[in-house]
Amino acid sequence: MSLTELSASEALELFVKGEVTSAALTRACLDRIESHDEQVGAFLRVDAEAALARAADIDAQRLAGKPLGRLAGLPVAVKDVLCDRQTRTTCASRMLENFRPPYDSTVVANLKAAGAVLIGRTNMDEFAMGGSTENSAFQLTRNPWDLQRAPGGSSGGAAACVAARMAPLSIGTDTGGSIRQPAGLCGVVGLKPTYGRVSRFGLVAFASSLDQIGPLATNTKDVALLLEAIAGHDPRDATSLNVPVPNYSESIHRPLTGLRLGIVREHFGAGLNEEVEQAVRNALRVYESLGAEVKEISLPHSKYAVATYYVIAPSEASSNLARYDGVHYGHRADQAEVLAELAAEQEQLEATGDQRTLENLDTSLVRMYRRSRAEGFGPEVKRRIMLGAYALSAGYYDAYYLKALKVRRLIRQDFDAAFEQVDLVVGPVTSEPAFKLGEMTDDPLAMYLIDLYTVSANLAGIPGISLPCGFTQSGLPVGLQLQAPPLAEETLLRGAHMYEQATDWHTHKPPALL
Amino acid sequence: MAITRADVEKVSLLARLQLTGPELETMTSELAQIVTYVDQLGEVDTEGVEPMAHAVEVSNVFAADEVQPSLPREQALANAPRRNERGYLVPPVLGG
Repeated sequence: MSLTELSASEALELFVKGEVTSAALTRACLDRIESHDEQVGAFLRVDAEAALARAADIDAQRLAGKPLGRLAGLPVAVKDVLCDRQTRTTCASRMLENFRPPYDSTVVANLKAAGAVLIGRTNMDEFAMGGSTENSAFQLTRNPWDLQRAPGGSSGGAAACVAARMAPLSIGTDTGGSIRQPAGLCGVVGLKPTYGRVSRFGLVAFASSLDQIGPLATNTKDVALLLEAIAGHDPRDATSLNVPVPNYSESIHRPLTGLRLGIVREHFGAGLNEEVEQAVRNALRVYESLGAEVKEISLPHSKYAVATYYVIAPSEASSNLARYDGVHYGHRADQAEVLAELAAEQEQLEATGDQRTLENLDTSLVRMYRRSRAEGFGPEVKRRIMLGAYALSAGYYDAYYLKALKVRRLIRQDFDAAFEQVDLVVGPVTSEPAFKLGEMTDDPLAMYLIDLYTVSANLAGIPGISLPCGFTQSGLPVGLQLQAPPLAEETLLRGAHMYEQATDWHTHKPPALL
Repeated sequence: MAITRADVEKVSLLARLQLTGPELETMTSELAQIVTYVDQLGEVDTEGVEPMAHAVEVSNVFAADEVQPSLPREQALANAPRRNERGYLVPPVLGG
């Protein structure tokens, strides 16, 4: 058996027993990347030398009997959106192609402190905007279960590298489903924590009131282990919650008694793929056989979640991405070209006598900003910036942004009411299994509607997990989503683990990559 | 309300994006489609509902008023596309 088939928890046990070294596991992951990532494209960059040196260092520390962190020696892949000091952090954008942050994000610092071996940086939709990873400026990532299909996104590389057994643990981010959706489409486990559970310091911001960082792995126990390592209060993120971090990887073994599950009436209507629905309904029967009570609940405002999200997220994005001005860091248009372009326009306007346009001609500074951003950003990022700038512009603020914030509260109140009756809300992650690469690229709105079941958790700030619950006839994974009240990650993980113990979906591996 | 090409052109200046003629066309139709979709929010009765700006409403997070080391100048300038030894360089702003 290859070492890459080990779960993170199994590998840790073998490290402690002295039967496997971190160097051997890291080497096995690097070999797997070498042999299979040309097909999958999960990684943007892999630093084999640094990873092996780090692994050897951890092994030496272990041999010397030094105290080690909870992830000591485990390879972890990181989505290319979290700052890693002096290491390229591109957000899969031309804008940040050569950006080397001067500091570590808190999550990366926590991973390093826990003894993780940072094995590489994973591909994503540019600035985490998208649901297929096709918006990466650099490369496509393919779904390990069917290489003609998308891995989902925006954490597509993060999910695909775990599904392809290139890394046991992986870090993603989730603003509207970007961990849970690719986890579901790639047949792995992915958890979006409560807003504030994990520090976002050093995470390149997309939509600040929605962004969360979370773990992906092949199984719930590994997800619990990784969450423990990254969660906790951080004074450098004012939205980070100052509450203790439970011992998730220990409590996960305690099944929940008297578990009440709520299925959302509105999620089982038209538009839900039959095979996906069947897999989810089968999962509910598994829960019932484990003693859980399943009851129907209603989230009456859930049908407005995507509309709410596509006002709030782009608005925040347009504001956050204003920082890319070609001055402090990032791409900058060639100054000579900018000045020549302006001079030519001015000359033409003078010749035609178009005084009004001439007076409104960009200054050289403004044109430098505009051209740098036009060259540095891809189409989806531009679309979201434009949408957000429009929603926030004079005359529209009340009708769009303020209205969306009010509907957001109603969405949260729906969940609060639901959690009076049930412990977890359960349902599909996506309405369809993995779609073909290129299938959605010409229809932005259709792509946005993929987020239907996942965006509500971000708007409400609650945690959610996606775990494998079956396959379609054609062999594509189906994900089951569980959602819990704020800070109830323990319940979420225990509930997910119960199901995992009773099924073997999480043990299946992509046949295309054997 | 229908979004027009002139609206998109105005917003592209606000957003500091330079869009070509064809890009303006595509953007106008795509934004119109998305805006039409989000217009359904108008159906929701939000009378008396307090806007929810953050998912977990933490307020008044104070930091101790202590001087902390800041990023050294050289590191702050390290990623600048154009710079000199002291600061960032931009195109001429006055009289240009």
